[in-house]
Amino acid sequence: MSKEWPLWEVFIRSQHGLAHKHAGSLHAPDAEMAVRNARDVYTRRNEGVSIWVVRSSDIVASSPGDKEALFDPAQSKVYRHPTFFPMPPEVKNI
Amino acid sequence: MYAQMVETGVRKVEDAAEMSPEERAFQARIDADVRVEPKDWMPEHYRRTLVRQIQQHAHSEIVGMLPEGNWVTRAPSLKRKAILMAKIQDEGGHGLYLYSAAETLGVSRDDLIADLHAGKVKYSSIFNYPTLNWADIGAIGWLVDGAAIMNQIPLCRCSYGPYARAMVRVCKEESFHQRQGYDIMIAMAQGTAEQKAMAQDALNRWWWPSLMMFGPPDADSVHSAQSMRWKIKLLSNDELRQRFVDQTVPQADYLGLTVPDPALQWNAERGHYDCGPIDWSEFHSVLKGNGPCNRDRLRTRVKAWEDGEWVREAAVAHADKHAARNARAA
Repeated sequence: MSKEWPLWEVFIRSQHGLAHKHAGSLHAPDAEMAVRNARDVYTRRNEGVSIWVVRSSDIVASSPGDKEALFDPAQSKVYRHPTFFPMPPEVKNI
Repeated sequence: MYAQMVETGVRKVEDAAEMSPEERAFQARIDADVRVEPKDWMPEHYRRTLVRQIQQHAHSEIVGMLPEGNWVTRAPSLKRKAILMAKIQDEGGHGLYLYSAAETLGVSRDDLIADLHAGKVKYSSIFNYPTLNWADIGAIGWLVDGAAIMNQIPLCRCSYGPYARAMVRVCKEESFHQRQGYDIMIAMAQGTAEQKAMAQDALNRWWWPSLMMFGPPDADSVHSAQSMRWKIKLLSNDELRQRFVDQTVPQADYLGLTVPDPALQWNAERGHYDCGPIDWSEFHSVLKGNGPCNRDRLRTRVKAWEDGEWVREAAVAHADKHAARNARAA
């Protein structure tokens, strides 16, 4: 049996002005074929105007075990949201 | 369904007291509708059950291309042919989304395909029936894809993130499949007497196998109970089947076709249709490999894989050559 094609993650930009968003993954022998395959697998219905592909093995991800350490501190900082500050109703445009 | 009678590897559903602390925390997250993601801790049985279920589902999509492929060269018009090819391409795409979802659980796609080819893993029983006339393509879209949607919409809410996300994509595309099928049925049912007879013939042959797609009654199955606890199965087989019948019978009425079940009738008290008994011996026989097309389907899959071997190898050789050339130039 031949060597399995490596896995690539596919990111699609849906329309001008929006960021690329993860669409899924696929196998391809190289970057060029990954883009071509992504076009067939993930944009059959005008889903995109631009494709990024990246080798799955090159993605560095945060670990689920670090979730509390990474994200919990933001929970107590509600003053980072504008709704934390009540505004008098007669004050406009703020 | 596309994945039928999935084993969970458990003999009974554990209650909280019997679980390890990790398992209890895991179940609590599922109960709270928190999605499980690939790198999260999960019980080994959960992982293996999902691999089995997603794998069967993926194989069903890929094998499901074959009965339809039979009609690409015989479609009655260029328009119908283009639509059929788009549908078949979608099925291939659905298979790829699902293989990708399975791969997030630490298995390789080539290994999954090897399991299919070795006959170790099943695909849906429905694809072992032949497509004998053009109306079969209509009946498949209407009934088989209709049944698939019934099953896949709840799965968009299943507990495993990558599987749920794949289902969202699949469901968006699947309604096109069902409508194009019903559109064929309308054309045939409103056509000549001969065409209408073909439509009726297709319904006669696909009705019962479509009901069997949902799998045998599983109210007492420990595997179904466990899968429901894990939220990788949301509704029982009979519930889904009932919904499918209730939705489909009026559609058959509109076509002026007769559902081939003499016992079928509306039960006003239950608010559902009552059906006649399903011949489960046929279902089990098809699953065992004795349906009309089992051997042919597998043979076709294996041949396609083997015939494509040199292409896969050549693509890798090309990629390796260019990588080496770029490394030298750098």
